[in-house]
Amino acid sequence: MSEHAPSPYYKIFAWLTAFTIAEIAWAYWFVEFRIVLILGLGMMAAVKAAMVGLYYMHLKYERGLIWGAILFPVVLVAVMIVGFLPDALFPYGH
Amino acid sequence: MEPATAAVPAPKREYSFTPGKLAMWLFLGSDAMGFMGLIGAYMVLRITSANWFRPEFDPPLGIGLTAFMTFVLICSSVTMVTALSAIQKGNRKRLLLWLGLTILGGVVFLSLQAYEWSHFISGKTELAAAFAKTTGGAAPFTNFQATFFSCTGFHGLHVTVGVVYLSCIWVRAWQGAYTATNHSPVELVGLYWHFVDLVWIVLFTIVYLLPDSVPN
Repeated sequence: MSEHAPSPYYKIFAWLTAFTIAEIAWAYWFVEFRIVLILGLGMMAAVKAAMVGLYYMHLKYERGLIWGAILFPVVLVAVMIVGFLPDALFPYGH
Repeated sequence: MEPATAAVPAPKREYSFTPGKLAMWLFLGSDAMGFMGLIGAYMVLRITSANWFRPEFDPPLGIGLTAFMTFVLICSSVTMVTALSAIQKGNRKRLLLWLGLTILGGVVFLSLQAYEWSHFISGKTELAAAFAKTTGGAAPFTNFQATFFSCTGFHGLHVTVGVVYLSCIWVRAWQGAYTATNHSPVELVGLYWHFVDLVWIVLFTIVYLLPDSVPN
């Protein structure tokens, strides 16, 4: 990690703060529009999480085995979500 | 004539790799699955619940308190990454300063969470008293309470462990254990701390910003 140029840590901090404020505003503005609310909040949370992972955890500079160590549980989580979906969408079995 | 070894340049490493880092990432991956289990349970129970009964859910100071808690964790992430940057440049004093601020951020977060929990628990107690007065029975324990305390409690436990972990690293740094070329433990504690921040980003959205708004 010490081999690469310094990341824009403070810019990322500003973006994270801005997205947090935007999330709260979004939650108030679109409270009646549920799909817009959920999609907007989901996307903003995903962008924030990606910024933390890529820049603060330096995933942007990692390759190979580290990505494999991350992607493997992500695949398992995806399988678990697919497993949960029928229960969530059809709670009474129909 | 140049030596034969000079003809083959050493491969340029674009990233550092240590067994400790791989182990930490494997741990974080398994930990993420644990969190996803809890968050998945929260979502399934929330979506399938005809009436998401959450009588005492009235965040103190509104959503402002948890938004401030989020801001505190974001600040502690930037202080953590600045601490790592400091020791990469060999600046031990700056490392101690920024690590100390990161620990302070974790303690502030935990204090605010304790305040929030005490509010919820006292609300539950008041509700139970009112319920017993009118019906003679105990107030029902809801899925919301179970999942809320599980998710935020599990995360709070991680923050607590993180504060202890950071404190140990701070003490070792104070003893002069880390240099510009030997600072792997600082990098590892940073990975753990940023993971805690990342999980809170997801929890904040799902538990605090969505609860009244997901479709039944």
